[in-house]
Amino acid sequence: MAIALPEQGLIALRKSVSRRQLYSNLFAIVGLISILVALVVLVALIIHLLSQGLTSIDWQFLTSPASSDAEEAGVFIALVGSGLVMLVTTTLAVPVGIAAGIYLEEYARKGWLADLIEINVTNLAGVPSIVYGLLALGLFKYALNLGESIITAGLTLALLVLPVVIVTTREAMRAIPSSLREAAYALGASKWRMVKDHILPYSMGSILTGIIIGLSRAIGETAPLVTIGALTFITFLPDSPIQPTFPFISFSWLLSPFTVLPIQMFSWVSRPDLAFEAKAAAAGAVLLALTLLMNGFASFLRYRLRKGIKW
Amino acid sequence: MVSETSGHRSQSGIAHKAKVEAVNLSFYYGGSKAAIKNVSLAIPEKQITALIGPSGCGKTTLLRCFNRMHDLYDNNRYEGKILLDSTVNLISTKIDPIEVRMRVGMVFQRPNPFPKSIYENVAYGLRIRGESRRRVIDQKVEQSLQQAALWNEVKDRLNDQAYDLSGGQQQRLCIARALATDPELILFDEPTSALDPIATANVEQLMLQLKDKVTMLVVTHSMQQAARISDYTAFMYLGELVEFDQTSKIFSAPAQEKTRDYIGGRFG
Repeated sequence: MAIALPEQGLIALRKSVSRRQLYSNLFAIVGLISILVALVVLVALIIHLLSQGLTSIDWQFLTSPASSDAEEAGVFIALVGSGLVMLVTTTLAVPVGIAAGIYLEEYARKGWLADLIEINVTNLAGVPSIVYGLLALGLFKYALNLGESIITAGLTLALLVLPVVIVTTREAMRAIPSSLREAAYALGASKWRMVKDHILPYSMGSILTGIIIGLSRAIGETAPLVTIGALTFITFLPDSPIQPTFPFISFSWLLSPFTVLPIQMFSWVSRPDLAFEAKAAAAGAVLLALTLLMNGFASFLRYRLRKGIKW
Repeated sequence: MVSETSGHRSQSGIAHKAKVEAVNLSFYYGGSKAAIKNVSLAIPEKQITALIGPSGCGKTTLLRCFNRMHDLYDNNRYEGKILLDSTVNLISTKIDPIEVRMRVGMVFQRPNPFPKSIYENVAYGLRIRGESRRRVIDQKVEQSLQQAALWNEVKDRLNDQAYDLSGGQQQRLCIARALATDPELILFDEPTSALDPIATANVEQLMLQLKDKVTMLVVTHSMQQAARISDYTAFMYLGELVEFDQTSKIFSAPAQEKTRDYIGGRFG
């Protein structure tokens, strides 16, 4: 038979419960304040950037090269430079990163070596970007003699993005339940068929999201590109990849000098003329818009590719 | 090999020709002790053979030897032989596990259709065999879905996602997927343990209908299910085969005391 709690005990119990509820509520308040601090700073930053730069953003700003006259200066060359560097980065980092991720997750034998590689790749994702810049300076610029060119910058940023792509690929593939792998194997699929027909399509949404997040980190990188010697003032475009004469396609743009948006912004900030400060803010707004656009695209892809795929 | 095992067959009163035969089969996970110990078992052709026993007795482990599922994970090791049609040793290192899985189908404990259309689920086995003629695949998909008693329910929505089907329908879809490639043996790993009683009855009835086409080996957690559907029953305990005989005999007059105790609900 259950014994009824005496009056005294009941009061003590209620006290203890309300004390614990108080702690619980306190934590919720601390958490809310933390979020607000982060949000307010972000919003203030964006508002500041836009209020300074928005008036400078017009068609002329987007289509003009850099100039020593603040009135005429624009981000066109930097925009093209950013685009071309990201093109090289994507072309190199994405296939290599996905292939490496597939190999590590599906093919490599599990053991201490695999663990060691995994720890290293994860740590590489956190290495400061300037360190990659130093590596690129020695390897690409001097040892391979690629100069202060778009290809050097693309390779450098590809190194930076590669671990992110590998880690995301592995995590996306790991999220696929082993029952689906076994189902494919039980029908007589080879490892490659299983990866190609099942693992890759089911995890593509998450992989692409990771890639785009990695790339939007790369597009804002300044330090490693300054290290390899990106120009801060440049008024001409790289050679066009399409030529009027045979063989019509040229890769000489890969070896052109370049600048990118964040470097352009940095160079304007460091000028004494105050008129350039507004230009810098405008370039920052363009960069921010690009990053937001890429993240939005990532969300869109994730939504589209995951539709109908669930387990 | 045949003469060596024929004695075993007559001794336990197995009247049917063996389709697959495990001979002194042992299996080890990683470097640990044997999970299957020296099992010899002749599975009769075009009959349903049930594997019963308490949890952890190795019945699923034994089942997964027959299509080399253990090869997917590192360091697993087989000993002995599994002979298909008395000739091919399925667990020989010279035989590619893919070849084995092309001849031995499998249905899993939980329905695991691919997140693709109903049609693509059934067609997948044909596609990996290199079949690309639309007409052949169409025909085979229809035939397999009919054999799996699912055709009438899905014929108007073959392009719908397999996940839109109910659990029981998904499991029958998985059976259709296994049937599409005309396997000689189908392994069922507790095929109804995730299903409700009505879906279970459907799957059991389907298995009985498939008996004249294919040999089946079923792991089941339920003695009643073994009694309902199987022709032969093997009772396993602690990785060993204790007794194997006609189901009617196992349930009415088991020869071993251990079997009697398990059937009688004394343990398990």
